[in-house]
Amino acid sequence: MQYLLMIYSDESKFQAASSESITKMSAAYMAYTEALKSAGVIRAGERLKPSATATTVRITDGKTKVLNGPYAEAKEQLAGYYVIDVPDLDSALSWATRCPGASAGTVEVRPIWPMQ
Amino acid sequence: MTARQDAGLSHAAAEAVARQSYGKLVAFVAARTRDVVAAEDALSEAFAAALADWPTAGIPRQPEAWLLAVARRKAVDAVRRRRTKDEATSDLRLMAEELESNAAHAAEIPDERLSLMFACAHPAIEAGIRAPLILQTILGFDAATVASAFLVAPTTMGQRLVRAKQKIAHAGIPFRLPERADLPERLEAVLEAIYATFTEGWADPAGTEARRRNLAEEGIWLGRLVASLLPEEPEALGLLSLMLYAEARRAARRDPQGEYVPLGEQDTAQWDAGLIAEAEALLRAASGKGALGRYQLEAAIQSAHVVRRLTGRSDWAAIENLYDALSALTQSPVVAINRAIAIAETRGAAAGLAALDALIEDPRLADYQPYWAARAGLLARTGAAEEADRAYALAIGLESDPAVRRFLQQRRDAKPA
Repeated sequence: MQYLLMIYSDESKFQAASSESITKMSAAYMAYTEALKSAGVIRAGERLKPSATATTVRITDGKTKVLNGPYAEAKEQLAGYYVIDVPDLDSALSWATRCPGASAGTVEVRPIWPMQ
Repeated sequence: MTARQDAGLSHAAAEAVARQSYGKLVAFVAARTRDVVAAEDALSEAFAAALADWPTAGIPRQPEAWLLAVARRKAVDAVRRRRTKDEATSDLRLMAEELESNAAHAAEIPDERLSLMFACAHPAIEAGIRAPLILQTILGFDAATVASAFLVAPTTMGQRLVRAKQKIAHAGIPFRLPERADLPERLEAVLEAIYATFTEGWADPAGTEARRRNLAEEGIWLGRLVASLLPEEPEALGLLSLMLYAEARRAARRDPQGEYVPLGEQDTAQWDAGLIAEAEALLRAASGKGALGRYQLEAAIQSAHVVRRLTGRSDWAAIENLYDALSALTQSPVVAINRAIAIAETRGAAAGLAALDALIEDPRLADYQPYWAARAGLLARTGAAEEADRAYALAIGLESDPAVRRFLQQRRDAKPA
């Protein structure tokens, strides 16, 4: 089954972080991505630019509304994602636990609707 | 034994075997398809037929083969009916084939019930629905029966059960034993669900409420199942031991007039010696494995209480120590209350009261009957009559069982003014 791991973290904390801790974090993510690759489970994964760069679009009553900012304002913002292919939820959860984002924020695990 | 009782017993035995076989088959099919709903659908008619037939016609020699044969017929019918409607029937067809190819080997059907229980008690499943889900999938109780047992509206319970089963299928919750590293935590959730089932049933001591009557037995049955499938897990043995100790005292909890009898005044001759012996053996086996836990501690406390049938007095020193350990493990205010009661026995009522006083800040205790009942009893013993009276009034007001209310009222009236 494929799962989307959504990594949420507090951007303000990240922006205030020292360059040393940012280097550490990047190294942790590189190692994690490497582990996903060597296990053969990674399908996709990217880091996102800060939520201030987000724009949302919604069409209501035929009118297109374009709004500045992310869809939902929250304490933690979507910062990146991975798509992994593993046998079941327990393996997805164990990968999510290893993700550096789980100790610096929250990782949401969602099954991907399979294409028939 | 009268013929009527005989019939009642065989009816119960037939139902028990039907539930056992049904649960095994649901677990077997669901473990392959991850689709609990479809597994239940495929077997529900066969299960209903078994519940209707077996009590009168007798239990078939191979109950699972019997159920499979009926289920296979029904499944084939369903596939045929549905095919004309051009609906997706691959699941059912697959299942019919599974059942077909396995019918001849019903005796060899692997027991996947433990895997199903771990799926039902998965951390991704809402904690409150785990016990109902296990009762439904493993024991085949319908949503209405489960709902009334847990005092939830049947439609609400039905929806929550369906949502949970969908989550199992869609989220990809596995049907297998957790990894060694996760096992203790996952097992705790399974044991918690089983204990919740038992305590729901235990709350009806007189056995007068049909909706709860069987839950204690079902809890013990599930406990036996887990203990037999995981005989090396000390907490699984500990939980079964704890439930058996409690069950052994069931008959003594009410006098012939139906009045409440507190543990310390129960007639020990009415305790079930067989169940106590089994509980003791389980506790010994569990403690030999060198991993202490909540259920073993609670079972050990029960053991220190039932020693009264031999020595005439509960082993209060041991009980206090055990509650100390349990309190450190759980930080539960309920445990702290029981610890205070033990202290009152080992070091006097004033010391017990002081231990209760230390809990007064906990807001969870403001409307917790056992806290006020314990307080009232200890206040009365220290001669603080007025305060005791107020505490008794609160305890009586918070109690829902009329027999316990009458008992507290008696104590209130009997205390020295």
